[in-house]
Amino acid sequence: MAPPLLSLADLAFTWPGQPVPCLDIPAFAVGADEQVFLHGESGSGKSTLLNLLAGVLVPQRGRLEALGQPLPGLSAAARDRFRVDHVGLIFQQFNLIPYLSVLDNVLLPCRFSSRRRQRALENAHDLRAAAGQLLAHLDLGEDLWKRPAAQLSVGQQQRVAAARALIGRPEIVIADEPTSALDASRQDAFLDLLRRECTAARAALLFVSHDQRLAEGFARRVAMQDINRSGGAA
Amino acid sequence: MGHLFPLAWKSAWNRRYSLGLTVLAIALSVTLLLGIERLRQDARAGFEQSISGTDLVVGARSSPVQLMLYSVFRMGEATQNMGWQSARELAAHPAVAWSIPLSLGDSHQGYPVVGTSQDYFRHFHYGEGLALAFAQGQPFAGLWDAVLGAEVARGLGYKLGDPITLSHGLGGEGMAEHGDKPFRVVGILAPTGTPVDRSVHIQLESLEAIHLDWQGGAPLPGLNIPPDLVKKFDLTPKSITALLVGLHSRARVFAMQRQIAAYPDEALMAVLPGVALSQLWDVVGVVEKALLAISALVVAVGLAGLVAVVLSGLDQRRRELAILRANGARPRDIFLLLALEGGLLTLAGLVLGISLLAGLVFFLAPWVQAHYGLVLGHTPPGLAELRLLGWVLGVGLAASLFPGWRAYRLSLADGLTPRT
Repeated sequence: MAPPLLSLADLAFTWPGQPVPCLDIPAFAVGADEQVFLHGESGSGKSTLLNLLAGVLVPQRGRLEALGQPLPGLSAAARDRFRVDHVGLIFQQFNLIPYLSVLDNVLLPCRFSSRRRQRALENAHDLRAAAGQLLAHLDLGEDLWKRPAAQLSVGQQQRVAAARALIGRPEIVIADEPTSALDASRQDAFLDLLRRECTAARAALLFVSHDQRLAEGFARRVAMQDINRSGGAA
Repeated sequence: MGHLFPLAWKSAWNRRYSLGLTVLAIALSVTLLLGIERLRQDARAGFEQSISGTDLVVGARSSPVQLMLYSVFRMGEATQNMGWQSARELAAHPAVAWSIPLSLGDSHQGYPVVGTSQDYFRHFHYGEGLALAFAQGQPFAGLWDAVLGAEVARGLGYKLGDPITLSHGLGGEGMAEHGDKPFRVVGILAPTGTPVDRSVHIQLESLEAIHLDWQGGAPLPGLNIPPDLVKKFDLTPKSITALLVGLHSRARVFAMQRQIAAYPDEALMAVLPGVALSQLWDVVGVVEKALLAISALVVAVGLAGLVAVVLSGLDQRRRELAILRANGARPRDIFLLLALEGGLLTLAGLVLGISLLAGLVFFLAPWVQAHYGLVLGHTPPGLAELRLLGWVLGVGLAASLFPGWRAYRLSLADGLTPRT
């Protein structure tokens, strides 16, 4: 197995003003190319964990490494940089900036990261083509590309968000309940697309959901309560 | 920062209606500010050019400002006159190219009457060297001819051929009338925007003629000289209020001024009109400064409105900012984005304000000049205006830092998941 992409050990995070830590994780790791289903009820601390992994929050204690880089040791600006360079994020809903076009939304990471921009251009002659390839793979026709994101259906919006998370081939895609706004029949289709594209982009996938039903097909499944000794508080 | 411009623009365009009103408010306040500054400058220029081309104003020795009030603004009553003999001698001086005698003291319906000579219409200049022009009629030739300034004719509804009678003194109730010797309007001058518009012009000799049977400000009882008999009298004036002098060479103006001050027969004084008018403006210009201060406050209100609108929009944009954060925007970028928005809006307001003013000046200038004789400059913003604009932009940018800072704090607190 390849060296871990994300690894954390003896990590603790307490929200300011809280008596007990929200997270207390002895060990957790995600390997390169790995697809992990992280199961957690709301309040289990998974959002906090995602913010830690994305470098928005910093743990009070413990080791948190991404691509061999200790995140807490970096400055806030460097963590922001690291996030856009190496992490693609998809949220539950409201992923898109409503007034930007579909294309502009997809290209947002390339606006802030030259690494993502360069990697997006490796397989396409320009950024528009790079975004177009991904959008086409995610069944979003060219007629939609110029539309403001707000005009798309929720399902279409989530696929645009997936394209954005994947553009410029970040090493890991973190998806936080990306299907919960979709109806059941669409959930599986979206999940299949996402997994297929992550494989194609050779990005690891950390898929977080409260819905056990979606775990099907993931080789590795982890439950928040198994890794978090604290049991969550926030 | 370059990569933030399109984002800031598209985001602002998305909220174009509320932001558009804010920009309009700033634009109007900028128009007001610049307009008042422009008017202030043009009014000053107009004021200082109430008379031009005249090198010296000569009168009995008093205060220079008072002499200007009589001779240029036709205000106040001259307490001392200069002798006609001195005026004749000065006019004949080899350095003197031309001279215009002015004699004040009477009025018509509150408008000052100026006794002068034909030279008035030949040599009197105002503004950027503009000569007097006749809207109708011609200069006075006969003893009972009067030439009206544009405002007198318009205000009192006179036309050529109308008879007018003059009052002794500068108007007011109960003044004695020169009712027995009516004048006839033979000319009406085009508007100049100077006190000429408010003047009634007659010949010096006419002024003598209507005072033949007067003494000490009242008609002599029992004495009444009918108009057709006055020509039998000597109508040479004994004194005048002021003499406007043009020299052959401007270089001689100070030498001439000293020479007049040292005039042996009479205590005389010669004033450089430009200098004296500047001094006078410093007295009356306070009002304009107050106006400018008020319009600066209006701009401040406009900018405060801008900050309020950007700030109030911020709460609805927390999600948008969180999305940007998740996709690589640093809190610094968020700060810049908001500050940039405020700066761009201020800039848009400035540009719109300048254009509005240019449009207003373009359409109103002919009308203002025709009615008030005030020449509005078409010129691009001068140094003083650029400085004002710089101030507005600077204050706008500084004010925009506040929403930027607030967004910075929010985006740090919210992280990737806004709590809205």
